[in-house]
Amino acid sequence: MELKKDLLGLRGMSREEMELILNTAVPMKDIINRDIKKVPTLRGKALVTVFYENSTRTRTSFEIAGKYLSADTVNLAVSTSSVQKGESLRDTIKTIEVMGFDLMVMRHGISGTPHYVARNTKMRVINAGDGANEHPTQALLDMFSIKEKKGTLENLKVAIVGDILHSRVARSNIYGLSQFGCEIRVVGPATLMPPEVEKLGVKRYHSLDLALKDVDVVNVLRIQRERQSAGLFPSLDEYSNLYMLSPERLQNAKEDVLVLHPGPMNRGVEISSSLADSNTAVINEQVTNGVAVRMALLYLMMGGTKDEIAN
Amino acid sequence: MKLLIKGGRVIDPANEINDVLDVLIEDGRIKTVDRNIKAADAETIDATGKLVCPGFIDMHVHLREPGFEYKEDIASGTRAAAAGGFTTVCCMPNTDPVIDNAAVASFVRERARKSGVVNVLPIGTISKGQEGKELSEMAELMEAGCVGVSDDGRPVLDSGLMRYAMQYATMFDLPLLSHCEETSLSADGQMHEGYYSTIYGLKGIPAAAEEVMVARDIILAEATGARVHICHVSTAGSIELIRTAQDRGVQVTCEVTPHHLLLTDEVVGGYDADTKVSPPLRSLNDVIALRDGILDGVVDCIATDHAPHHRESKDCEFNLAANGISGLETAVALIMDQLVIPGIIDEETMVRLFTIGPADILGLTKGTLEAGADADVTIIDPQLSQTVDPEKFYSKGKNTPFKGMSLRGWPCMTIVQGKVVCRDGIIVNG
Repeated sequence: MELKKDLLGLRGMSREEMELILNTAVPMKDIINRDIKKVPTLRGKALVTVFYENSTRTRTSFEIAGKYLSADTVNLAVSTSSVQKGESLRDTIKTIEVMGFDLMVMRHGISGTPHYVARNTKMRVINAGDGANEHPTQALLDMFSIKEKKGTLENLKVAIVGDILHSRVARSNIYGLSQFGCEIRVVGPATLMPPEVEKLGVKRYHSLDLALKDVDVVNVLRIQRERQSAGLFPSLDEYSNLYMLSPERLQNAKEDVLVLHPGPMNRGVEISSSLADSNTAVINEQVTNGVAVRMALLYLMMGGTKDEIAN
Repeated sequence: MKLLIKGGRVIDPANEINDVLDVLIEDGRIKTVDRNIKAADAETIDATGKLVCPGFIDMHVHLREPGFEYKEDIASGTRAAAAGGFTTVCCMPNTDPVIDNAAVASFVRERARKSGVVNVLPIGTISKGQEGKELSEMAELMEAGCVGVSDDGRPVLDSGLMRYAMQYATMFDLPLLSHCEETSLSADGQMHEGYYSTIYGLKGIPAAAEEVMVARDIILAEATGARVHICHVSTAGSIELIRTAQDRGVQVTCEVTPHHLLLTDEVVGGYDADTKVSPPLRSLNDVIALRDGILDGVVDCIATDHAPHHRESKDCEFNLAANGISGLETAVALIMDQLVIPGIIDEETMVRLFTIGPADILGLTKGTLEAGADADVTIIDPQLSQTVDPEKFYSKGKNTPFKGMSLRGWPCMTIVQGKVVCRDGIIVNG
């Protein structure tokens, strides 16, 4: 099986494709843990990361993933302001394309921009987060982390907590996990729930305690402080009283509950420090897994051969 | 000079005519509509198998001149109108400068006389500078040829000013054309709020953003006795508000656009900015309600809200793209192919919505083939099949979500004041 030209989202992606990526990430994680963290698989290939929004971990993760596989990796830092004045996105993309890159990793604050770019370039495109639409590689690394700890993705109860409305992480997780028969619960304030979210096949909650009953996994979303000033909730205090995840709030969850957070964390707002630093949470390991999953994707999309990673 | 249109099916709802008849035009006016007219000295047009209708009126277009000629100008916009089967267009005042005084209104009419090929009737603003603060000089605008007032895309948010505007307009029986949008509910919105905005991750514009203002304008119209026309109605809730208001005698009329009648919010999924429009494409439930509104007479007319844009304003990131669809050259064919030919609405209903419907709202002596009326005639070939190719548009705006669609039933001749201005899609006089 081969992946499609672009990875724009998990909506519409088959379970088989996801399994291929997740299975390929297993040997990739071994490479990261070696003394010599480099394989020649993608030698002679070039990838560029183009981020129109700030990011440390996702951009660095793609960069190092490319380097471990011997691809030439270039980061293009673009300030958001340059979008609106000066060069059009179409021209920027063309300029990058003619330098010979094989693959572009793009993050953009506007939903659908990677889709627009993919339509207008021969390069392969990986969506590294677009607006409130999707963040497929984050969901894949979340799924990898869950599978690693739980041994399976099948039929788990997963709660996603926080600002579902604006969350691309939530959407990609919903699309991905629902392919494996998981029961997905979304919980957060009514003002941060997308309309008709139930039609995505999830259960909607406003009470954290009800949502967490018997769950296997909790994915805690970062709350953006500017949502408060936009009138969507009254204060960070009230938000954390209602929705902050802590060891106490997890009492009705499964005993071996796993807690994920895409980072960066607001400690004391959406997650308590004691929980973040406990063994229940695997937030740092998610980051390592992110590199492995992205290596798998680059390998599958940029034409590596099986022999080269097998040694 | 005489023109005889022979053998077509004449559909003239204003005069309750739907029959195979001839139409004789003399000196720019309708002379007679009758069986087997003989006029040896007239140029004869064989309209066998065609629909011969009063000239179609589009009461909501943006011609962009003055100020935005890179998007459209009166020459290109009126050619687009003629090619699309329209003999009269009303142009919205959101130009630069805006049409808020007689000088600009006169400029538009003068330019239309010199460079246009169809009748152009300007709409003036409700407020000076379209700023929603002080009333425009409505008497002067009317004197200069404006047939209605509207602040269009910058709706009058101040209910107090809107009330004064309505009270003032009653003195002249001038219709107020209201773009209903409560901008605090639609701010930053990119598409209809609903299931599809959830899965596409775009900020939604709730139906309430429109309906709150429709309700307000109906209440104010009822209180003042003014004539209010709701532009581009897009939601089931708005239709219901207008229906009940009409039932109790409020002077409220409304228009719908072809795109709101034919497309749902689902099509935004490719993030093609040609699907971005204000008000946004709505849900299937809304589309059904708009069609029901046509069938039970709540909807008075179809208007295109022709909004041509420069390519760069659409070929970009979705949130940065301009709102609007270039609609003049596809409207008639879309309604024919999607609603008339499948039998959802009948030919008479379509012709009424494009002719006497808008004429009555604006108080025009058009939209009829009555003897003595301006000889504006639209002829449609219900058999002609063509593919929508924006590159062949006369409009400078190539922005249409209908590109590539194959449609049957196109306008084949457009006659303005007795002169053939468009034949088989080609502009002939200029």
